[in-house]
Order: sequence, then structure tokens, then C-alpha cells
Amino acid sequence: MESSVVKEKRGFVNEAQKSFLEGVRAEVPLLIGVFPFGMIYGALALNAGISAFASQMMSSIVFAGSSQFIAAKLAADSAPGFVIILTIAVVNLRHMLYSASLAPYLKHLSLRWKFLLSYLLTDEAYAPSILKYEKEGVKPFSHWFLLGAGFSLWFTWQVSTALGIFVGTEMPGDIPLEFALPLTFIAMVVPILKKRPLVAAAVSAGITALLAYNLPFRLGLILAALVGIIVGTVLEGRASQKELP
Amino acid sequence: MNIWLIMLIGGSITFGMRFSLIYLFGRFEVPETMRRALHYVPPAVLSAIIVPELLIQDGSLNLAFTNIRLIAGIIAIAAAWVSRNILITILVGMAALLILGWM
Repeated sequence: MESSVVKEKRGFVNEAQKSFLEGVRAEVPLLIGVFPFGMIYGALALNAGISAFASQMMSSIVFAGSSQFIAAKLAADSAPGFVIILTIAVVNLRHMLYSASLAPYLKHLSLRWKFLLSYLLTDEAYAPSILKYEKEGVKPFSHWFLLGAGFSLWFTWQVSTALGIFVGTEMPGDIPLEFALPLTFIAMVVPILKKRPLVAAAVSAGITALLAYNLPFRLGLILAALVGIIVGTVLEGRASQKELP
Repeated sequence: MNIWLIMLIGGSITFGMRFSLIYLFGRFEVPETMRRALHYVPPAVLSAIIVPELLIQDGSLNLAFTNIRLIAGIIAIAAAWVSRNILITILVGMAALLILGWM
């Protein structure tokens, strides 16, 4: 009796571990691209006159790459505090989209899990996780996948920040590693463009992102995402109307 | 304002936004239209990140053939289409960027 309980428990641990490691593995290509960014952020924050300790802590308190870059730059320009806070808030607005998009898949979890996974919710953790969930649906241990992706990104971000602060941005050779980031996103988005509304959403978002590139606070990104979502949804609605007799 | 205070408030707002809808949609049913719309978040957001990375150089649009990121990106899109494999796409895209850079 006891041994079967133990066995069952071990089964849970194995399943959870498997899902976690799968998340880590899916995150690896993104980590390659993120690493140089973390180093550049560390060096930039230090140059901006933020102490080494505070520069490092920003990577775990805010934990959002592009907003940290912009905050460091604003601090260097000695911008007022409320401007920096407002900028961080607006630059990170897109996370609400990710939150909404993942919500149906995390619905059943405890508040503690929701807290943890929300803290780890970045662009890079969101992308592989949502694609996995849309493909396979919710399974008993699927939240461990997001934890694996999110935690490996968090860990890499802390280490690369520290390296940027203490060693600088010297990289061996001059391979543009940061290009791995858009490349990974390309590898993720191309296979999901299976229907016309999805292609239209991608194309319209891409064009809007170009047109709106010069908007402040990276608002172009969120505007582009909204345009893509609306275009996709409207086209899908039309396509399903046509199917009716 | 103290940098620590800025970080704490900025970090709390960021966390709040990440948590907001995971929390709310856990308590209330997601409306059907919204559910359909959310299906378009990944392609829209990812494209909105990718396209400027390939086409914007030093703050302005570069559609020329001399833009090696654009060419490497197009080659990577083709590689992704054919292979449907992340590692192959990255390797092909990186190789294209390096080779075009040397040429």
C-alpha cells in the first residue's frame, strides 16, 4: 500500500520534471539570443550611474529586458522618477496581452502558481509556452513547462546581467548572437501560419510595427499587436459567415 | 526619486500587469469573442517583434539588398517553412548572416 503511494508520488515528480525540462529545452535557443542583451544591460546600467547592486537587483525586481534598458537610459539622463516609472509601465503593457492569452491555460492552478508564473512571464517565456498549449491543450503538468522556460530565462538574465556589470560586454569573436532572438521567433511563428486569418494577422502586425516604429515607449509594438489581432479576428468571422448556407 | 523606489514601483506595476488577466480570467469566464481574438496574439506579437528587427537599421527603414539582416531573415523564413525545426532555422539564419557579412 505504502509503496504504491510512493510510486505514484515518484510518478508525479517524474512527469513534472519531464515537463519542466521540456520547457528548458524549448527556451535554449532564446537564451543564446538573450545572453548578450543581459550583458549589454548590465554594462549600460552601471554606466548610467546606478550602483552595481541596484543594477543587478533591477534584473530580478523588474525582470523585463527592454524596460530595463530604457529605465537605465532615462536614469543616465537624470529623468524624473515618475517619468521612468510611467515609461516602464507603458513599455511593459504588452504583458497584459500575454497574461490574457495564457489565462485560459492556467485557470485551474493555485494562486501561488499563478503568482510565480506571472512573475516569470516575459516575451521569451510566453512564446514557446503558448505555442505548446495551443497545440496540445492543458495537461496535468503542463504548467511546469512554463516554469521551466521562465526559470531558465530568469537564471540566464541574472547571470548575464552580472557578467555585464563585472566583466563588461567583451564577447569572444564577433558573432552577432543577439540575432538568434528574431531567428527563434521566426522559427516559432512560421509553422503556425496555417490559415489565411493567421497570415493576415502576422502581415498586418508586421507592417504596423514598421509604420509605428517611431512612436515612444515601444507603443508601436502593442499597437501592431492589436491591429494584427483585430485583422485576424475580423477575417475569421467573415470566413465562418461564408461557410453558412 | 530614489532608484530603489523607482525599481520597486516599476517592478510592482510590471508584475501587476503580468498577473492581472491570469487572475481575472481565472475567476470569470473568458467571453467567446475574446477567446477567439486571443488566438491571434502569438502571430501578431511575434511578427511585430520580428519585422522591425529585420528591416529597421539605425532607426530607419532599410529595404535594400545590402541589408544583410533582411536577406538572412528571408532565408530563415524559407528554412522555417521547409524544415519546421527551430534549430535548423537558427543555424541557417546565422550562417546566412555571417556569410553575407563576409561577402
